[in-house]
Amino acid sequence: MTISTSTRQLEAQLRYTRTGLGHDAFELAVDFRLDSGITILFGPSGAGKSTLLDCIAGLLKPAVARIILNGEALNDSAANLVVPPRRRHLAYLFQEPALFPHLTVEQNVSFGLFDVKRHDRASRVQDLLAAFRVERLADRKPAEISGGEAQRVALARALATAPRAVLLDEPLKGLDAELKAAIVDDLRAWNRVRQLPILYVTHQRDEVDALGERVIAIDRGRIIAEGAPHVVLDAPRKKRLAYAAGFENHLSAVVQDIREPDGVMRVRLSGSETELEVPLSYATTGNRVHIAIRAGDILLATRRPEGLSARNILEGTLASLETNGTTVVCRINAGAMFLVHVTPGAARSLELTAGQRVWLVIKTHSCHLVDD
Amino acid sequence: MEALWLSARLAVLVAAILLVLAIPLAYWLSQTKWRGKFLIESVIALPLVLPPTVLGFYLLVAMGANGWLGQLWLAWFGHTLAFTFTGLVAASILYSLPFAVQPLVMAFESVDRRLLDAAAVLGAGRWRAFRQILLPLSFPGIVTAVVLSFAHTLGEFGVVLMVGGNIPGVTRTVSIDIYDHVQSLEYAAANRMAIALLLISFAVLSTIYAVNRRVWSPWPTQ
Repeated sequence: MTISTSTRQLEAQLRYTRTGLGHDAFELAVDFRLDSGITILFGPSGAGKSTLLDCIAGLLKPAVARIILNGEALNDSAANLVVPPRRRHLAYLFQEPALFPHLTVEQNVSFGLFDVKRHDRASRVQDLLAAFRVERLADRKPAEISGGEAQRVALARALATAPRAVLLDEPLKGLDAELKAAIVDDLRAWNRVRQLPILYVTHQRDEVDALGERVIAIDRGRIIAEGAPHVVLDAPRKKRLAYAAGFENHLSAVVQDIREPDGVMRVRLSGSETELEVPLSYATTGNRVHIAIRAGDILLATRRPEGLSARNILEGTLASLETNGTTVVCRINAGAMFLVHVTPGAARSLELTAGQRVWLVIKTHSCHLVDD
Repeated sequence: MEALWLSARLAVLVAAILLVLAIPLAYWLSQTKWRGKFLIESVIALPLVLPPTVLGFYLLVAMGANGWLGQLWLAWFGHTLAFTFTGLVAASILYSLPFAVQPLVMAFESVDRRLLDAAAVLGAGRWRAFRQILLPLSFPGIVTAVVLSFAHTLGEFGVVLMVGGNIPGVTRTVSIDIYDHVQSLEYAAANRMAIALLLISFAVLSTIYAVNRRVWSPWPTQ
């Protein structure tokens, strides 16, 4: 066994089983390594993200585990070693702030500093309150501050204890994008000198884009992909991950013809005559494949377009359109039902109305092949 | 008046001892995952369903000169436990135990588990989490437990009659006194005692409801 002490690093191999009937039964089995900086743990709800964090923090007991932080074992089944949560020196932020309701903001933040000298404690609490911009709330009770403020206080409280790694479980759920970005910036600034491994759980695609240097995608208790965000999420290999990553169109198709020199293949959508050209993948003629396409990657035309490089031009009927914030969601029947996102301005200038004839333009490489 | 004073002393003492006994017991019940927990819960709840005379009868047998507890007491102190104030206290503790334990268990269980998890991750051991998080957040449950065990002891009759008898200044509590007065057709005296008990009970119950509905509260509600 090699022990690396030089870098700040969290290594975990663990298996956790929850016995139960049917859907209650669940097994988490993962093996990964976190280096300094933010790693995103991404996956649909129920994938096992919170369970994984609870196991690392020691709040749940994995059946088999080897969790090594900076070369020191927190959990090692082989050596029958389990360090209790209070001695793991981790910062763990739950989905809810879980502030102690009977203590003030200041008392909450200093809760973990009981072994620190009184004078140092006060200055450390002040520094953290300032770092997360909540110093003016020091004397308030949790019931008297907003949700976003509570998240900031919870973050300050978790980081006050000089942790060796940081676990964040969808910490910014329910906050608007601007507020989220501001809090994440503060977190990055805090971590600049410390260089701790931070595991950041989310099921929201926009957060991955905003934060990620590295993504671990997890589903049904298994790691299904890891790497840079655009590698993991822009070309999802799994159907459920594609759903979570915001691929609105999922089509089932049968491979018709493979053109290896061009790096493409033609597929026919199930239940229709419509054909698409998609990137080549491990499939042979007659195989059934699944294709994921982002609604925002499809162009919409009211006349048959000509002279385009895009290989897929499908004729269809606009079934309905619905404004959803700053996007107009169009449903188009072109053999299969396609979802297409356009801007309200585009919808106006094209004078889109339900029932009209439209053409869809889809680049070959906007079609992603995914496994079940 | 002697009876009222005796009852008050008994009730305060029982409530204080029960608080000390019931908090660890309730904490254990609220945290344990032991499968046999229901057996302990049933034993504690027995006084709720048994007629006081049944409990009183067995206590009397145990505390009497032939009972194991009585003999133990006789060997140590030179007298049995039955028909003494100490015996009354012991009997009342058993009789009021569910009234102290159940509100505490409910209060401990209703504290958000994630708060205790947060305390653990922040480095707090069980004792610190208990003292600084669980106990303060269970304050209304603690008040309920104290007040209920006080009130229940104040109003008990059957167990006192069986175990304590009716010795003025030693075991004659208010409820026994009232019964005595009625038996001797002294309705005015019985009425004075009864009204005192009624008012005390009312004051006690309104305290519980005030605390639990947070009419006033030491902490703002979340």
